[in-house]
Amino acid sequence: MTDRPASTTKNADEGGTDYLETIPYRVVAVYLPLGVFLFVLLFPFYWMTIATFKSNTELLTTEGFAALWIVKFTFENVERLLFQTEYPRWLVNTLFVTFTATFLSLFCAVFAAYAIEKLRYSGARLVGLAIFLAYLVPPSILFIPLATIIFKFGLFDTPFALILTYPTFLIPFCTWLLMGYFRSIPYELEECALVDGATRFQILRKIILPLAVPGLISAGIFAFTLSWNEYLYALVFISSSEVKTAPVGVVTELIEGDVYRWGSLMAGALFGSIPVAFLYSFFVQHYVSSMTGAVKE
Amino acid sequence: MASVVARNVVKAFGSTEVLHGIDVEIPDKAFVVLVGPSGCGKSTLLRMIAGLEKVTAGEISIGGQVVNNVPPKQRNIAMVFQNYALYPHMKVFENMAFSLRLAKASDEIVQEKVHAAADALNLREYLDRYPRQLSGGQRQRVAIGRAMVRDPQVFLFDEPLSNLDAKLRVQMRTELKELHQRIGGTSIYVTHDQIEALTMGDRIVVMRDGYVEQVGSPLEVYDYPNNIFVASFIGSPAMNLFAGTVTAKDGLSIVLADDGTVLPLAQGHGVSDGRRVVYGIRPEYLALSKEGQGFETEVVVVEPTGADILVIGRTAGQELRASFHDRHDFRPGQRIWLNPRLDTVHLFDQETTRRLELDEADSDLPRFRAV
Ligand SMILES: Nc1ncnc2c1ncn2[C@@H]1O[C@H](COP(=O)(O)OP(=O)(O)O)[C@@H](O)[C@H]1O
Ligand SMILES: [Mg+2]
Repeated sequence: MTDRPASTTKNADEGGTDYLETIPYRVVAVYLPLGVFLFVLLFPFYWMTIATFKSNTELLTTEGFAALWIVKFTFENVERLLFQTEYPRWLVNTLFVTFTATFLSLFCAVFAAYAIEKLRYSGARLVGLAIFLAYLVPPSILFIPLATIIFKFGLFDTPFALILTYPTFLIPFCTWLLMGYFRSIPYELEECALVDGATRFQILRKIILPLAVPGLISAGIFAFTLSWNEYLYALVFISSSEVKTAPVGVVTELIEGDVYRWGSLMAGALFGSIPVAFLYSFFVQHYVSSMTGAVKE
Repeated sequence: MASVVARNVVKAFGSTEVLHGIDVEIPDKAFVVLVGPSGCGKSTLLRMIAGLEKVTAGEISIGGQVVNNVPPKQRNIAMVFQNYALYPHMKVFENMAFSLRLAKASDEIVQEKVHAAADALNLREYLDRYPRQLSGGQRQRVAIGRAMVRDPQVFLFDEPLSNLDAKLRVQMRTELKELHQRIGGTSIYVTHDQIEALTMGDRIVVMRDGYVEQVGSPLEVYDYPNNIFVASFIGSPAMNLFAGTVTAKDGLSIVLADDGTVLPLAQGHGVSDGRRVVYGIRPEYLALSKEGQGFETEVVVVEPTGADILVIGRTAGQELRASFHDRHDFRPGQRIWLNPRLDTVHLFDQETTRRLELDEADSDLPRFRAV
C-alpha cells in the first residue's frame, strides 16, 4: 500500500473550501434556509395572483372552493380595474412622476456626491452628514411643512406636488449611494485627467460618470422603486382621481366604505409591480456584470 | 522643453511641514531623479511641480515662468503615475488620445501622434484593447505613451516602475532611458530605488525627511557622498560605516574603532588626532589580504549572487559587508583579513554627519575633496 492520498480528480473540483461540506450539511445550511426565504418572499405574489383571477364568491368563502388555488378562473376583477376605474391613467401618472423625480434626483445627487467626495473643500464631510440627516427625517413628519409649501406654490393636486417632494428623500439616498461609488474611483485618474488638460466638468462627464455607471444604475433603480411605491405624499398632496398615482388610486377608489374589492385591488397591485420587477430583472444582470473589474485596474 | 526651478519650496499639510525649503534646479532636457526613502516628500514635490498640490511657500518656475498659481492644465506637463492611472473604460487608443481630444486636435493629428507614440513603444497591436486586457509592462508603456503624445514642457514620473516585476523593471529602465535619449525632454523621475536613480539619472537629487541632502551626477553621489545618510542610502550592498577616533599608532594615522579594531587610513589626510569620525568603506573596495593587513572579520553568511560573492561578516562588533568579484571558498565561522583600498575610504564627522572636507584635510587625496 502507498501512503499517498487518493486522487480527487474524478469529481469536478469547484475550488475553495466546498470540499469540507457534505451534502446533508449543504441541505441544512444552504438550501433549507434559502427555500424558506424564497417562500416567504414569493408567497404574497402568489396570493396576489390567484386573488386577481378568483371570482368574488370564491374569494370570500372556501366552501366548495380551495384557498390555495383557483377553481373558477375569471377576468371580471381585471375588467373592473381596467375599465371601471382610471387605473391606466394612474399607471401613466405614476410612470411620469417616477421617471421625472428619479431623473431630477439622480442629476442633483451626481453633483452633490461628486462635490462632497472629490472636491477637497473644508466641510465636505459635514455637508455629507447633513444630507444624510435630512434623509433621517421621517416623511410622516416632513409632509406637514411640505404641504404648506405645496399650497403656497399652488402645486396642490398637480404631478409637480410629487415630482418636487420626492427628491426630499431621493436626493439624500442617491447622494449617499453615489458617494460610495465615487470614493472607489482612484484619485489618480482625476489627477491624470487634470494634468491631461480636462476641466472639472469634463472629468465628471468623461471619467467619473462612465466609471460610476453601476452606481448610477443602482441608485436609479432604488430611486425608481421608492417613488413608484410612495404612498403618503401621493395620498396627501393629490385629490383628483385623474392625477392620482397607482398605489393611492387603487386603495382610494377600490375600497368603497367598508366594501373591499379584493380581486381588483390585487389586480392593481399585481400590474403595479410588473414594471418594477421588469426593471430589476433587466438591470441586475447589467449592473452585476459591470461591477466586476471596472474600476480597480 | 523647459527648465524647472524650485526655490526655497516649503509644503505643509495643515500644521505638518513635509518639505522644508527645497532648492533644486533642473536644466532643460535633463533627466533628473528624485530619490529618497518612502515618505521623504518626493511625490509631494513632484505633485507641486505638476500643480496638483499648492505651494505653501517659495517658488516653482517652469521655463522661467513662476507657476505657483497656474493650474495643471496650463502648465503643459505630462505625468506618469505609479499605478498607471489608465482610464479603465477607454481603449488604449482613446487613453493615449485623451489629452489631444481635450485640446481639440484634429482627427488626423490625433491619429498621427497616437500611432507615432504607439510605434515608439511597440504598442501598435494593442491600441484596440482595454487596459485590463494588458500586462503590467504594456500598461506602463501606455501610460508613457499617453505622456509622449503631448509634447509637454516637462515629463514627470512618479515611481512608474515600482509595480513591475524585477526583470521587467530592469528592461523598462533601459527603454525609458533610451526613449529619453531619443526624444529628449526635461524629465523628473521619482523613485525610492537607489539603483534606478543611479542607472537612469543624468543628475540625482537625494532627499530625506523633506530636505535635499545632495545633488549631483550618479557617480559623484556614489563616490563623494555629502554625509552619512547619502553614503548609506546610495549603493547596494550598502557602505560599511564604523564609528571611531582618529589616532596615531606606530607613527601611522589610523581610525581606532570603538571596540579597538584598527582601521587603516591613507596618510596625510590632515584630520587631527582625537577627532570622532565615522569611517566608511564600500563593500567592493575591501580586498582579501594576508593576516595582519587591514582588519579581521568573521564570516557569518556567504551570499553568492553569481557575478559577485557577498560576504556578511562581523567586525568591530557590527555587521560588515564585503563583495568579491573573484571566486573564493568562504565558510561561515572562517576568519579572514580584509584590506580597504585606502583612496576609497570616506571619513564623516560624527557630530554633523557631514563628510570631512578638503579644507580640513590638507592632503592631495582625491577622496577628501570638496563637494
Ligand atoms: N495629502 C496629504 N495630507 C497629509 N500628509 C500628507 C499628504 N500627502 C503626503 N503627506 C505626507 O507627506 C510626507 C511625504 O509624502 P510623499 O511625498 O508621498 O513621500 P514619498 O513620495 O517620498 O514617499 C509623508 O510623511 C506623508 O505622510
Ligand atoms: Mg511617493
